[in-house]
Amino acid sequence: MPDLRSRYLGLSLRTPLVASSSPLTGDLDSLRRLEDAGIAAVVLPSLFEEEITHASLAVHGALEAGAGTFAEALDYHPERADYAAGPDRYLELVAAAKRALGVPVIASLNGDTPGGWLDHARWIEEAGADALELNLYQVAADPAHPSALLEARDLELVAAVRAGIRIPLAVKLSPYFTGLAHFALRLTEAGADGLVLFNRFYQPDLDLETLEVAPHLVLSSSEELRLPLRWIGILRGRVKASLAATSGVHSAEDVLKVLLAGADAAMQASALLQRGPGLIIELEAALARWLEAREYESVEQLKGSVSQRSAEDPEAFERANYRKTLRSWSSPTPR
Amino acid sequence: MRTCIDGNEAAARVAHRLSEVVAIYPITPASPMGEHADAWSSEGRANLWGTVPEVIALQSEAGAAAALHGAAQCGALATSFTASQGLLLMLPNMFKIAGELTPLVLHVAARAIATHALSIFGDHSDVMAARTTGFAMLCASSVQEAHDFALVAHAATLRSRIPFLHFFDGFRTSHEIACVDLLEDADLAALVDEDAIRAHRARRLTPDAPTLRGTAQNPDVFFQAREACQPYHDAVPGIVEDLFARLAARCGRRYGLVDYVGAPDAERVIVLMGSGAGAAEEAALKLVAEGERVGLVKLRLFRPFPGAALAAAIPASARAVAVLDRTKEPGAAGEPLYEETVAALYEAQLAGGRPLPRVSGGRYGLASKEFTPAMVKGVFDELAREAPRRRFSVGIVDDVSHTSLPWDPGFQAEAPGVCALFFGLGSDGTVGAAKSTVQIIGEETPLHAQGYFVYDSKKSGAITVSHVRFGPAPIRSSYQIAEADIVACHRFALLERIDVLERAAPGARFLLNSPWPASEVFDHLPREVQEQVLDKRLELFVVDADRVAREVGMGGRINTVMQPCFFALAGVLPAEQALAAIRASIEKAYAKRGPAVVKRNLAAVDRSLEALEAVKLPARATSELRRPPPVPPGAPDFVTRVTAQILAGRGDRLPVSALPADGVFPTGTARYEKRAIAHEIPLWDPALCIDCGKCAMACPHAAIRMKVYPPAAAEAAPEDFLSKPFRSRDLPDHLLTIQVAPDDCTGCGVCVDVCPARSKEEAKRKALNMAPAVDHRERERGCFDFFLGLPELEPGQLDPSQVKYAQAREPLFEFSGACAGCGETPYLKLLSQLFGDRLLVANATGCSSIYGGNLPTTPWAANAAGRGPAWANSLFEDNAEFGFGMRLALERQTAEARRLLAELTPEVGEPLARAILEDTASDDAALATQRERVAELARQLGTLGDPRARRLLGIAGDLVRKTVWIVGGDGWAYDIGSAGLDHVLASGRNVNVLVLDTQVYSNTGGQASKATPRGAVAKFAAGGKSTPRKDIGLIASAYGNVYVAQVALGANDAQTLKAFLEADAWPGPSLVIAYSTCIAHGIDMARSMSHQRDAVRSGFWPLWRYHPAADPHQHPFQLDSRAPSLPVREFAALEARFAMLMRSEPEAAERLLALAQADADERWRYYSQLAGLERSVTDLRAAEPLPGPTAREE
Repeated sequence: MPDLRSRYLGLSLRTPLVASSSPLTGDLDSLRRLEDAGIAAVVLPSLFEEEITHASLAVHGALEAGAGTFAEALDYHPERADYAAGPDRYLELVAAAKRALGVPVIASLNGDTPGGWLDHARWIEEAGADALELNLYQVAADPAHPSALLEARDLELVAAVRAGIRIPLAVKLSPYFTGLAHFALRLTEAGADGLVLFNRFYQPDLDLETLEVAPHLVLSSSEELRLPLRWIGILRGRVKASLAATSGVHSAEDVLKVLLAGADAAMQASALLQRGPGLIIELEAALARWLEAREYESVEQLKGSVSQRSAEDPEAFERANYRKTLRSWSSPTPR
Repeated sequence: MRTCIDGNEAAARVAHRLSEVVAIYPITPASPMGEHADAWSSEGRANLWGTVPEVIALQSEAGAAAALHGAAQCGALATSFTASQGLLLMLPNMFKIAGELTPLVLHVAARAIATHALSIFGDHSDVMAARTTGFAMLCASSVQEAHDFALVAHAATLRSRIPFLHFFDGFRTSHEIACVDLLEDADLAALVDEDAIRAHRARRLTPDAPTLRGTAQNPDVFFQAREACQPYHDAVPGIVEDLFARLAARCGRRYGLVDYVGAPDAERVIVLMGSGAGAAEEAALKLVAEGERVGLVKLRLFRPFPGAALAAAIPASARAVAVLDRTKEPGAAGEPLYEETVAALYEAQLAGGRPLPRVSGGRYGLASKEFTPAMVKGVFDELAREAPRRRFSVGIVDDVSHTSLPWDPGFQAEAPGVCALFFGLGSDGTVGAAKSTVQIIGEETPLHAQGYFVYDSKKSGAITVSHVRFGPAPIRSSYQIAEADIVACHRFALLERIDVLERAAPGARFLLNSPWPASEVFDHLPREVQEQVLDKRLELFVVDADRVAREVGMGGRINTVMQPCFFALAGVLPAEQALAAIRASIEKAYAKRGPAVVKRNLAAVDRSLEALEAVKLPARATSELRRPPPVPPGAPDFVTRVTAQILAGRGDRLPVSALPADGVFPTGTARYEKRAIAHEIPLWDPALCIDCGKCAMACPHAAIRMKVYPPAAAEAAPEDFLSKPFRSRDLPDHLLTIQVAPDDCTGCGVCVDVCPARSKEEAKRKALNMAPAVDHRERERGCFDFFLGLPELEPGQLDPSQVKYAQAREPLFEFSGACAGCGETPYLKLLSQLFGDRLLVANATGCSSIYGGNLPTTPWAANAAGRGPAWANSLFEDNAEFGFGMRLALERQTAEARRLLAELTPEVGEPLARAILEDTASDDAALATQRERVAELARQLGTLGDPRARRLLGIAGDLVRKTVWIVGGDGWAYDIGSAGLDHVLASGRNVNVLVLDTQVYSNTGGQASKATPRGAVAKFAAGGKSTPRKDIGLIASAYGNVYVAQVALGANDAQTLKAFLEADAWPGPSLVIAYSTCIAHGIDMARSMSHQRDAVRSGFWPLWRYHPAADPHQHPFQLDSRAPSLPVREFAALEARFAMLMRSEPEAAERLLALAQADADERWRYYSQLAGLERSVTDLRAAEPLPGPTAREE
């Protein structure tokens, strides 16, 4: 039986299989089911500071609408002891998940204001999270903001959070950086212990009836694996940080591929939502079978063995399609 | 511990701790007591004995009283909270409860009973109506007393077995915030007798020791048995006195059954009870200090009446006594307290030979009419006369019966302290800030503080005035501030609407929220304000609170900007301490709403003082701008003489003669109240408009108007007036104009939300777009004036069966004070457009009766011919029967008119008589023709000497078809009026019922009704309603001959229109249940109609009609909406009433929403099956329009 353990963010995981942020990780029952199925770690749904701010202001707005103006109705909603409009419920989830699970619990945070990132990161650490994943993405829509400025802000923020907490810190990135490899390097210099590649987002859609914009999220498919696969392969060995693949990790083959490219953790969200926690049992068994069949001793042995640095054809990571096309039309080049 | 709370909370805090069963029903001003109790129980707060009281809402106060009766009979400690009409509904049970010596307590925020008009305000007419029930009646006259006496009432009822009615004055005490020393649990435990509780339990109904109650007794024993309870009543005063003494021993606050203050050798004495004692005590003490021999008797216990104690409290030296009653009992020898006092003094004279003073009876303070020390002095002055009037009133000018006493408003007797007035507009947080200020001063300093709040009758653009006093001595002033040391105006625009500085004391500080900096503000003040500032030598300070609030992300909530500025000017606390206290109060108030709210409010505080500027005043007033008159010149006489005075805040000065004796008011007065409250108004782009009329259909205020007219009519149009060709084959060559009423629009944005016409080039641009009112109001005013002059359609010109045709008709419901974006009013407007000139409306009490009938103005209007909806409100619970009575009268009069006309046919000529009698008037043109015939008939009748002709002349109008619509909210239809509504629907008669279904009691602040859906959070269902909404439509359709429609205008306006027309046309009973979005749903009201659409899309509110028919193969049940395509959860997530629970109690919300989804699925499945069923009306005769005489005589 090969050793399936993997180190990720300094945490020792029983396998490289990690549940990425999704509704499944937001509920204690499904978290327990994931653990029962053998998940090695869980990333809780993101705490969105903006959402919390919005909820808080929305609650405030609803309670104050029409309040104090009409003698018969000084307000329109019952007074409650708690509207749970702050981060408390999330922090309770962190603490409850920590109590309920034996596997590492990684919290996820999307901040909105510089102070907000730090405050929330500290509260999450206090709540007992084993690690924190920063969900950095924002749509850089303002033409006045050059990429250098935005990257500098992100780096500053990572450094500030790093300085403010002690638990391991991962940064979940979007693929939309011109100089991604460089930026990844800078993030590790700023204190990121790991990089999670890549974030997926709500994308706008248009309603042809109403001519309104209606953003929604579409679940990933295996085809999307290629993008993280490439960048994990490229970054493996180039940055001093753990690497996790997310987006498109659906099958055992997908898991093997990202591990070969250099991932320390293979994260699932869409696949788990579609197939349930039982998927983990299948993935783990298939992973073990594959390793065993090829006489690998451990996952650690496998990790990064086909990264750009280790691959037979490193350039393939950079120019895959073009290269493949060329090769298909020419005879193999003797080495 | 000292805290600042209002009278309702003061009473509820004790009642909740001493009860096990709390049966409630909302009614102003007592609702907050029930709301507190419900909220405390839902958060698990226990009573004195460690159990959480069961707080349960009933369908009416009658139901609550019965539930209490049952609970107390079975040994529970039971209580309720009520007022006014609610107390009246409890009366039958109260006789039973007292007759059976059942201990329980009713806490009553005493309020006027509706007579010539409804009033939500305070007086004793309700409690006085309960004085014969056998309940003991204990009267608290202040917030502290409401707290203390609540305990005494609960303790005394258990000891005496006599149920207690503990009351205090509605609003003046129930809503006043004052410093209260709180009773600890130990205090409660010390006064409540555990043995008495055990005895109460031992008497309970139980099969373990069976007894029987509620016997029927015969003449042989009833009388004796009735007398058997007497010793229990006799014991009450002693028990109350003992409890007062024990309370004093524990807490130091001393009360007697009757308390006297004033000169020991007083010659003139006033007797009263309730909050007026505060003003009376101030006046008496001041006069005594000036050497006058006057005194005041404050009565605490009214039942059993402590006659001997009262007589003993009045000094023997008293020559003249005035007994003041806060109620009117027409026809009585005197009002109740007067009569009791006279009897007590007479008996005291008989018993002990004490001299009998001359006793006068006076009325004061009805419906919270101000009662001031000056009025008290007026009474003392009257008593000083040789022969004081035997009966009088004080506080009004009675130029009809000449009962009123004069008083000198200049007499003031307030204790030294600071008085501040805060003027706010809408939900800008002014009232909240004033309450917080009272709490900070009252709880953080040794000073005493008091807050009282005066609200508007409007629900949009409402003006609030907060009266705040603080000073070193306890504050007894139970009246509004007459002279303020500080005036804060939180909205600049108010300066143009009301006289903000009228009550500013000379030299007062004036804090103004101004968009203009100190250097410019003076030039922007209206001339009247400039003059007041200079004449009174006011110190003017400005702060641009809106800017600060905007910058910190608080939108229009300026409270935490204004509050620090007030403290800076008031100087009541050192600056840093004040800021720290404000910060602490923000943390306390807002922490549970999340850190963002706290953070932003704190930021507002931090930036407030740097924005505060003192204004250097010029020497002279220079402004050209003058405050406009309250109504435009040329308004009708009544409007100018009466309405305008009320609008200007001078209603108190109107004499009795100015007001109708019978409560009858003219309609169509809202159009004279130009409030101009919108910040943004919609502007029309004719190039994009598709003539659909949806904007006018959805506009809650009839402020978006649509007219279709011949081009010639617009020849003299102003240059800016817009029009476009009207697209219609039915009426070619006409123009269409969509016009905003710029001074009447509330800026809610609903019209823009519903507008389906988008620009092809820029999707966000519609045929209506909001624009800053300040830039467009003047121009649109001119256009609207011209628009009003355009001709209306001729009868029959456009059949109203299409939305755009219906909207081209004149609305006869316009410019109501309903909330901006109100979901109810579009239905009423539509009703007025379709049937307005022949419409009678019976309106249940609730939102629609308030925005429909609360003075000063009414939105119900008449057309150019003088015809329009005739509207009346009777009560809350009786509306179906009330409207039914209207229908019966109409039918009788029509039948009588037809009978007379048939008899007079030879005199008026057969062709005319026949045409009138055979008319079926199914459309507008036919109605117009019938009207012309009836007018001709009237002309002829006028020439006949026959007495039958004179009789017919009086009722000939009823030969033209009329329609009766019974209108009310869900609280009425589903709950309190349910039985009556059922009876009326069962009658088969031709009445139409419109339920404006907001799914909560909207007018009283969002309490749950049986219309409240599962999973929604509402008051009285603070943990989310656990049961589904009652399907009132389906119940009604079970009759088979009732036309029923469930509609939602925002989802399908054509279906709504169709339902209204079908309901009116159906000659039997009709019920239209109209989904009405409401501020209590916690939604963005600009998207009100979109929420209705989603409610339907999710199957939460399916649209359907049940159209009875005689054909046995008809499918009367018609589903008008498509199968649900949106999960209920997604609909619910956008409404705070559901979303609040989703956040705070996700597990409970999950469970309830899963059930709500199941409800929707099952409902759809069931409805789908109903839609396939055949059913016919077996007996169409029941639905005949005019059963009886006409048919018989023919």
